[in-house]
Formats: sequence, structure tokens, C-alpha cells
Amino acid sequence: MGSTLDPGLLAHIGRTSPPQTEVVTRRDIRKYAVATGQRLKKFLDGDEAPPTYHVALFWPVVPLGELLPDGVARDDLFPAPPGKRPLAGGLKLEFHRPIRPGDVLTCTRTLSDIYEKNGSSGPLVFIEVVMRVTDARREPVLTETTTRILV
Amino acid sequence: MNAVQHIDSVRAGDRLPGREFRPDAVQLFLYNAALWNAHRIHFDHPYATEVEGHAGLVVPGPLLGDWLTQCALEWLDDRGRLLSFEYSNRRLSHAGEALRTEGTVASVDRGRSEAVISLAVVNGDGEVIAPGSATVRFDRA
Repeated sequence: MGSTLDPGLLAHIGRTSPPQTEVVTRRDIRKYAVATGQRLKKFLDGDEAPPTYHVALFWPVVPLGELLPDGVARDDLFPAPPGKRPLAGGLKLEFHRPIRPGDVLTCTRTLSDIYEKNGSSGPLVFIEVVMRVTDARREPVLTETTTRILV
Repeated sequence: MNAVQHIDSVRAGDRLPGREFRPDAVQLFLYNAALWNAHRIHFDHPYATEVEGHAGLVVPGPLLGDWLTQCALEWLDDRGRLLSFEYSNRRLSHAGEALRTEGTVASVDRGRSEAVISLAVVNGDGEVIAPGSATVRFDRA
């Protein structure tokens, strides 16, 4: 069965974002721990980051004028086709080591796949992005695979 | 919190304690501020309801994912760590709703000191809004 996906869309597969490097601070870990309602002391004290802290660490920071009317930053890795928007699907994480204050972490995002699946209301387009986080010695810290559905 | 003591005491089918969450506007504000997420559906009530037609402020999907990791980690209570975790968002939930996390031990591998935990965020109607699973490794005694 041939794919009905637009070759222009498929051409985005393999695109990689410029590496983003951020410094982990105890204060930011504590804010994240409080905001998410953590109860373990190591997280509340900021000695170690909760497992999903990287979501906050690498959230894009863009000028106000570049935010869309709904407040969302445009994704430069995958510009959605006109009239379409990506909805959050699933997320998969592999943890290689904990994140602690003082870590200097670098993330690289790659658009790893675009594929179709038949849903109850017709074919759905899935977009898969892999984020690799490494430390200052380039050792792996975590790998995140997110799947978004184009609607 | 009823944390597990040792992998030898863990059996497939064991229930994790879980927890109830009732996210309000303050928590959604702090969470989105911590992320630097300006998506209006999470903090701008008139926009969320009148423009996008939601029943209220939308609870961010990644926050539900975080709660699932908390369910597994509070049960482990520093006696081990998360090796991997996955979840998906199935239904929206809104500020003010009573949501709860649930977990069940799906399988145990004593040789590796690992267990797979099935996780879910459930809403007040008993619907699973965010299913997930985690693989944990217990520290060797």
C-alpha cells in the first residue's frame, strides 16, 4: 500500500535541531519539584531533579513576538502544514543517570519518523521526535522519544 | 506513603499506593512558569473556554506524566531507580478535577532486580486519561 503522505512532509525526516546547552540549578529543580507536587525530599531540596525535569530545562525560550496567538512557540524542527496542528501523543524515556545541580546538559532533537496509521476516523499522521540529552563529558543522560499526532 | 521494602517482597499484581491530585489554577500557573510554557489553554480561562471551547483550564499532559513517575518513585522510596518510563495522553482533564494515580506491579525479574509497573492517571468518572508503564531497578541489598 502506498503512503498518501506528502513527499514534502516526509522530506523533514532526519532534520536535527541545533544543540541546546543549559545549566541545571538547584533553584530551578526546586521550582519544578514544587510545581509538580513532589514529596520526596531529594527533589524538594533540589539535590536531584525529578525524572521529567528535562521538559522544563529544554522548553524553548523565544521572544514574545514569535509566540503564536495561542501562546505556543512555533516548532522549527517541524513546521506544521497550513491548517494542521500537532497534538501531544505519547512519550517514552530512558534514563541513563540522574540530573543534579551544576550539570551542564546539551540536548539535540531529531525528527526521526513520520508515518501513517489507520484510526477510527481515517488515516492519522504520527510525528516522532527523539531528544538526546548528554552531559559535559558527552555521556548520555537521557533519551526521550515523543510522538505527536497531526490533526 | 507505603514504600516497598525489598524486591523479594514484590509480587506481580501488587498495588502501589497511588495518590489523589486536585490541580488548581495556582498549580497550573507554577507548572507552566517552571516550564516557560505560555500556552493559553493552561492559564487563560476566557481563552480556554470561549475561544477553544474547553470545559476549563486544561491540565498539561506532561504534568500527568510526571505524576506517574511519582507514583513509581514514592513506592520505591530511594531503594532503586527508574530505568525507563512511557505514557500517553488519552483524554483531557481540567483544573479542579479530582485525579488519581494508580500503579500495579506487572512483572518481576528477581535476577535483574527489576520490576515493570503499570501506571495510570484516572479521572473522577473512573476513566484512564493517561496510561503508562515504568521499569524500575532495585538497589542490591
